[in-house]
This record gives sequence, C-alpha cells and structure tokens, in this order.
Amino acid sequence: MIHTDIIIIGAGPTGLFAVFEAGLLKLKCHLIDALPAPGGQCAEIYPKKPIYDIPAYPEVLAGDLVDNLMKQIAPFEPGFTLGERAETIDKQEDGTFVVTTNKGTKHHAPIVAIAGGLGSFEPRKPPIDNLEAYEDNGVAYMIKDPEIYRDKRVVIAGGGDSALDWSIFLTDVASEVTLVHRRNEFRGALDSVDKVQELKDAGKIRLITPAEVTGIIGDGQVEGVVISKKDEEDIVLETDYFIPLFGLSPKLGPIANWGLEIEKNAIKVNNALDYQTNIPGIYAIGDVNIYPGKLKLILCGFHEATLMCQSAYQRIYPNKRYVMKYTTVSGVDGFDGSKKEAPKSVIKTID
Amino acid sequence: MAADIKLYITDREGVRHEIEAPTDMGMNLMEVIRAFELAPEGTIGICGGMAMCASCQCYVNSNHELPEMGYDEEMMLSEAFNVTDRSRLGCQIQLTEEMEGLDITIAPEV
Repeated sequence: MIHTDIIIIGAGPTGLFAVFEAGLLKLKCHLIDALPAPGGQCAEIYPKKPIYDIPAYPEVLAGDLVDNLMKQIAPFEPGFTLGERAETIDKQEDGTFVVTTNKGTKHHAPIVAIAGGLGSFEPRKPPIDNLEAYEDNGVAYMIKDPEIYRDKRVVIAGGGDSALDWSIFLTDVASEVTLVHRRNEFRGALDSVDKVQELKDAGKIRLITPAEVTGIIGDGQVEGVVISKKDEEDIVLETDYFIPLFGLSPKLGPIANWGLEIEKNAIKVNNALDYQTNIPGIYAIGDVNIYPGKLKLILCGFHEATLMCQSAYQRIYPNKRYVMKYTTVSGVDGFDGSKKEAPKSVIKTID
Repeated sequence: MAADIKLYITDREGVRHEIEAPTDMGMNLMEVIRAFELAPEGTIGICGGMAMCASCQCYVNSNHELPEMGYDEEMMLSEAFNVTDRSRLGCQIQLTEEMEGLDITIAPEV
C-alpha cells in the first residue's frame, strides 16, 4: 500500500503542477497515470507542438512544458504509478480513500485529486465484427511481452510509428511479419519508414497496401484474418496473432462509475470554492472537470490545482491556521533537503 | 461583416440540423459542431483541432468545392475508421462564405 497526502490521478500538466502547490504546503503527492510516462496529452499527442498561451512563455513546446514541470516539482519528490489505470476508489471508515489500479496497486490518502484530462488513453479498436471475442486469444492492441510472438505468425495493422516500429522489432522474433496499411504512405519517423522498406526488400516483412483487415477467422483463437483490397477479392491470410495499432484515444473510463456527478463527459465541481466534487475529499481539476464558464486550458488547470491544494490542506489540518506565502519571500523547501531562496540583498558602503 | 452561412449537419443519432454559422470567427467545422452541441463534449475535437485524432470525421454529402486535404489530414484519415471517399476532418475545414448550404454527416464515434 502506497501512503501519501494527495493521490493525483493523471500526470498531465495540471496534475504535475498540483505537486508543486501541495509541496509548498508540505503535502506529499503520488501520481497515477495509464500512460507509461508523465505529461498526459502534452507528451502523448503533441509533444513537438508549440503552446502560446502559457503566461510568460511566448512559445513553449508541449514536451518542454512537461520537462520544465518535472524539474519544478522534483524537490517535492512525487511518487508515480505509471502504466496503470485508476480503477476503483474505496472510502474508508475514517474518511480517507484507497485507490486501486487495474494492476492491483493500492494507494491510500486523505485526499484524491482527479486531474484526468479527457480520461485514460485506451487503444483505438478497428470496427471488425467479433474483434473483442478474440482479445487475449490472438488479438492484442499493445505489445507487452514480445517473446510470446517467438516463431509465430503475426499480422500488424496501422500506419504510424508504433505499427512500423513493432513490425521492425518483430522481424527478429516472429516467424512471419505482415504489415497491413490502408495507404502506400506511412507517417512514421523517416528512419522507421526506410527500415521497413529495407526489410520488405529483404523479404522479412510482407507489406500489404493499400488494404485493410476486415475480419478474423478462427475457432475461439485467431487462425487467420480477412484482408480487403479495393476492387479486389478479399483474401484470407493465416496467422497466429493480429495486432491492430491505431493509436490511443482518451476515455473517461472507470472514474465515471465512482459516484461522481458527471456532465458532458466531465466531473462537476464547485468552482466558487475549491473544485471539490460531490464527494467530499475528492477534487477534480483541469480538463476533466466542468463548471459554468469552464475553459479547458492548461493555465486554468494550474489555477484550479492551486486552489484545490489550499482546500486539501484545510481538510487534512482543520485546526491549523495558515496564510499563503509568496515563494519569493519564503523560498522553496524541497522534501529532498534542497532549499531555493531569493538572494539576500548585499549591504555595502560605497566609498 | 461577413455573412452567416447555412449548414446542414446530421448528428450521430441521424438527426439533421439546419444551423446558421458565422464565417467571421475563424471557426472550423469541428468547432461549429461543438458550438451548437451537435455531438457530446469529449467525443469530438479531442485533440483540439490538430488533425491528430479523427474524432471530428465527417462525410460531405453536398458537392461543395472544399479546400484540398493537407498532409496531416490525409495521413490521419488513412489511419481512421469508417473512412469513405467523402470523409474529411472537420477541424481542417475553415468556414468560408463559399460553403453556404454545405451538407455533412458526423461519422460514428470510435
């Protein structure tokens, strides 16, 4: 069991900044995110794209924003549970919460802050009849352990980086690799595209383009896929595995069943006060929440995170009096023993 | 002041809406659909309009001459589902007065 002061669900910019504001109040945070790395949408969807409305940054790349936030919060030593999705929440008798992930990792804290953005990123599944019946029976949407494909026949579908990269990787593992894509062009890193070309010329990857996998054949287990080409008869290709790699799309997911008030795929909060949900002790900040006049902007998420932390402090220490301090005045005392503070003015006589 | 234009948008439930959309607000089709709440928030324009998610895919029913597809849009559509010859990404179609009477259907959510 991981114990902390605030469990933050979602390691996007809002969740990351909440660690800083909590740290100023000497509250510890632990973040949970379904993605394997922090940054949320900024890291997953558009790391190389510029953002122009972060105050005091005329222009910043989304990926750099995440890197800077990670630097800013490092002194507060946040914990991370990455690559796991927050699945259930259980309120304890003493009013604290236990959040459990899909992999069974348990987190315990008096406060939960949901900074889940648009939800957790789930693989996009192609619309193929009874595709789901073959999940874990030859159909997979991500490759966790490449060894299970050793000496097997694999069909990969998709045209992006992950489809290309895994096709390349599996040529050394699988007995047969087929890549099916709807177009002749691929949108991956140039290196990967060239490498696939090379492997195709060497006969190590079978490329079927422009084509689509439109069906699966097999008795309880994948035995083949139906491949459709425009203006041609469908063909059946025997295979042991079918791996569609069409990127990720965010879904609110299990959070929707936590008893929180939901409106327009977002969690209703009290914006007049502290961004708390209908369940006391659970807050929702950033793109995941909704209130009258809500704007899904990173800068609004930062503001919401700040007010949420003040309220969380009051909840944890109801009898402590506290006034907000400016970092310029008080400096930043890291949990790691580091101390940042404004240089003292020098007093020196001028002769 | 640029004139409003009439658009016909069939939502994912199959209901056809006639709307008056402004052409002077720099809006694209995805944004118009959101502004008029023709698809639930969180199911359209997920990437914010960067041609990176295809949640705003539409089918163009009328024969309007639309701006040509850019590279990003073409590549995204090549990975999207339920794509037809009439598919476009709403976020890549900036509204102009020439689009008066444009008729589209919002593609199913995936």
